[in-house]
Amino acid sequence: MPNPYLVPAIVAVTLVTVAIGFYGLRLARTTSDFLVASRAVSPTWNAAAIGGEYLSAASFLGIAGLILKYGVDVLWYPVGFAAGYLALLLFVAAPLRRSGAFTLPDFCEVRLGSRRLRTLATAFVIFIGWLYLVPQLQGAGLTLATVAGSPYPVGALVVAAVVTANVALGGMRAITFVQAFQYWLKLTALAVPAIFLALQWQADARPAVTPPDGPAFRTATTVVVEHPATLALSDGQTREVRPGDELTFAAGDPVPAVSGVATDASDWLLPSTAGADDRGLFATYSLILATFLGTMGLPHVLVRFYTNPDGAAARRTTLVVLAMVGAFYLLPTIYGVLGRIYTPQLLVTGQTDAVVVLLPGAALGDGTTGRLLAALVAAGAFAAFLSTSSGLLTSVAGVISTDVLGRGSVRGFRLATVIAGAVPAVLALNVSGLNVSQVVGLAFAVAASSFCPLLVLGIWWRGLTDLGAAAGVLVGGGAAVGAVLVTVLGPPLSGWPATLIAQPAAWTVPLAFTVMVAVSMATRRRAPADVGATMLRLHAPEALRL
Amino acid sequence: MGGNLSASVAVLALVSALAAAVFAVVRLRGRRGIATATQRATYDVLHTAGLAAEPLRAGLTRAGAAKAVRHLRTLVGAPGLALVDRVEVLAVDGDGAHHAGQVVAAARRALAAHRSTVLRQSELDCDRIDCAVRGAVVAPVTGPDGKPVAALVAIADDQPAPGLVQATLETARWAGTQLALAELDSSRERLARAEVRALRAQISPHFIYNALTAIASFVRTDPERARDLILEFAEFTRYSFRAHGEFTTLAEELRSIDRYLTIERARFGDRLQVRLQIAPEVLPVSVPFLCLQPLVENAVRHGLSRKPGVGMVSIEARDAGAECHITVEDDGVGMDPAVLAAGISDLAADAGEDSGQHVGLSNVDERLRSVFGDQFGLVVETGLGAGTRVSMRVPKFHAGVRTGR
Repeated sequence: MPNPYLVPAIVAVTLVTVAIGFYGLRLARTTSDFLVASRAVSPTWNAAAIGGEYLSAASFLGIAGLILKYGVDVLWYPVGFAAGYLALLLFVAAPLRRSGAFTLPDFCEVRLGSRRLRTLATAFVIFIGWLYLVPQLQGAGLTLATVAGSPYPVGALVVAAVVTANVALGGMRAITFVQAFQYWLKLTALAVPAIFLALQWQADARPAVTPPDGPAFRTATTVVVEHPATLALSDGQTREVRPGDELTFAAGDPVPAVSGVATDASDWLLPSTAGADDRGLFATYSLILATFLGTMGLPHVLVRFYTNPDGAAARRTTLVVLAMVGAFYLLPTIYGVLGRIYTPQLLVTGQTDAVVVLLPGAALGDGTTGRLLAALVAAGAFAAFLSTSSGLLTSVAGVISTDVLGRGSVRGFRLATVIAGAVPAVLALNVSGLNVSQVVGLAFAVAASSFCPLLVLGIWWRGLTDLGAAAGVLVGGGAAVGAVLVTVLGPPLSGWPATLIAQPAAWTVPLAFTVMVAVSMATRRRAPADVGATMLRLHAPEALRL
Repeated sequence: MGGNLSASVAVLALVSALAAAVFAVVRLRGRRGIATATQRATYDVLHTAGLAAEPLRAGLTRAGAAKAVRHLRTLVGAPGLALVDRVEVLAVDGDGAHHAGQVVAAARRALAAHRSTVLRQSELDCDRIDCAVRGAVVAPVTGPDGKPVAALVAIADDQPAPGLVQATLETARWAGTQLALAELDSSRERLARAEVRALRAQISPHFIYNALTAIASFVRTDPERARDLILEFAEFTRYSFRAHGEFTTLAEELRSIDRYLTIERARFGDRLQVRLQIAPEVLPVSVPFLCLQPLVENAVRHGLSRKPGVGMVSIEARDAGAECHITVEDDGVGMDPAVLAAGISDLAADAGEDSGQHVGLSNVDERLRSVFGDQFGLVVETGLGAGTRVSMRVPKFHAGVRTGR
């Protein structure tokens, strides 16, 4: 029973995005009035644009999937993703805007005047950009596979091609109007179905999210297994399943417990304190650090701050972003919770990332309402992939064309876009097994261990030297990159090494700070001579007109 | 996991192959060619001199002297070497740091007399038992203006040999040449800055004349409007004549153009139409001060003054990744590209009515190039009867560019 509204909704979102990318400026800003033409972007619009670019597939799909699977432990993901803007607001937003830097490598040049550090920062911007692009494409592949039944690579490649072509041909260049539209689209696409879902849950006499004997199937369900797993059936037996196996459950059957997934009510509802060691606690702190400090190192978020006319506006924008993003993150939690009632089969297949897309259909049935809402959610998911990957691709292609290919022409930018789009497309085909939010978490960990120390110390400590900054970025960021490569390519680990590698931020961030401070102290003579002037420029309010 | 394992093995192999290649290249480049003793000696001397030259080229400072003196000591081949000015020891390498007072006194004498001296042990009293200093050679270093500015003091652990004296003298002379080159560098920089200052935008005398006549025509018929226009004109000149800051934001520049066009409208009335398409994202971009106004002035003059009927001037600023693209376009009579090219190349020769706007355009062109680099010049597309379109690219960030406030 394919949903007839799905494909039109996705195509419409894509077309509208591309079209307002190309014609938006012409429609919105053609005037003969200078007052209108020189009106700066207001903090509210700018904040909506940042939200539109920031709320990615990980936020839209991944968080709900993680909550469905692991429960209360992973609530730190949405909290951290939103709270990152608090760190940005407190430490970075206004000084960064006052520095006049457009990208992170620009900031290195302003503050430390070193070309080599600029090159290093460029390399990290590209790596983080790619690492963040992979889960976007992965989410697109997953969504198309779920809603339209296409094979996984098709969705990933289609989105990669659309976004690359759009950015290369000049549409979607960080246009505030387009990105702000994307934020409201995403919010609507989650909020409206959430209201209907809550009403349906009321109408169903509020079934318990964690019934005493574990989650149960509400309707007869056939499950096709995609990952090998061990199922603990309700009668106490265990059963090994392989990909391709079909399991049929009748209505009311309890959901079998899958190894590694919290099916148990207490596991799901309470923070994991299981085990004699503190691994769970360490992973949680690591996650908090990575998301809290990583936001300030995301290349596509920082370039948007340039649009603010001054430091005060940058600060106001960040505050509004905090509110907007915070409001958005309430919604995936609802989907994750209701998913335990209406789509428990995802716990068996392991495709928990699909819960947001499947939930409206599963809960509201096959009527027109259910189908329309399912189409709305799918359209919102596509808006998430398109906006975030366009923003990232523009940033990565920008630094490639200016810093790697040399001062760029239009042709250079196009070439850079194709390069920047091709690499993550290839990578996305090879990581279908990883969870969308976890890959994004790794990108945050790398950003938190490389750019966060650089920005925070660069803005707030006069003693930072170019050698110190480079050493800190290389050691801390390098360790995080190593952890990412081991996670993605390496053999499976267990015990403490697994925790340290899967959630590296809690040791790589302090490492980066320590190395940066220590090497800076050792090379004190290399501190730039004009550090006083630079600091004054970063911190003096514009109203002083210094 | 099999696929993952083989992928990781492949990545590992690739990384190690890359590391091996880098190592091999470094080794090969580091190996010196087999050479005769003379060749090697020449290489060593020139290499050391090159190392010493770099800090000296920044001028005679403490930090530079500290870096240079190490290499200079290798050149001289003395156990200790100091670089001394009239007041103090700038830097010392090797033995002799505790003789600073005597060395400075000797250097002062040598500088005053402008000749080198040799100090014997009797002149270098010391109460330290382990002191190895037995003599010193003081050679003045000549500055850029021919006067000695510092002295090179080579410390000897024996009676200063004639060889040491000669080496010290030659090294001092060489260091003097480097200081002269440093002066040359800094004066070239000063010259470039002065050039930029001279290129500073000027508003054209034509405009002032035209504006005042236009305002004069309203003084009796519409005094209110005349007053407004004078205020606009005052604001415009205040912005244009402001003394500080080479840069401004695009938003400020647009505001100034608005005032300019208000005054021009007083002259042309409804014949002057303006169309603006400004991406709000590029409003905070720093642009050279008064870089757009001459283009708009050029468009008004070419688009309107010689054409009957309505003329349209469009100003467009688009966001283009790390750059901002600005175009000013008119639908006027256009120019012959050959005349335009000739006009820009020999400004001085052509003092006719046309040269005014060419001066404006080439001034903007030169300023853009001197600030952002040669690839950021103006692009003019024009033809007789086909209108004119002038475009520029401005990077959103450029080291050293800061909006003056």
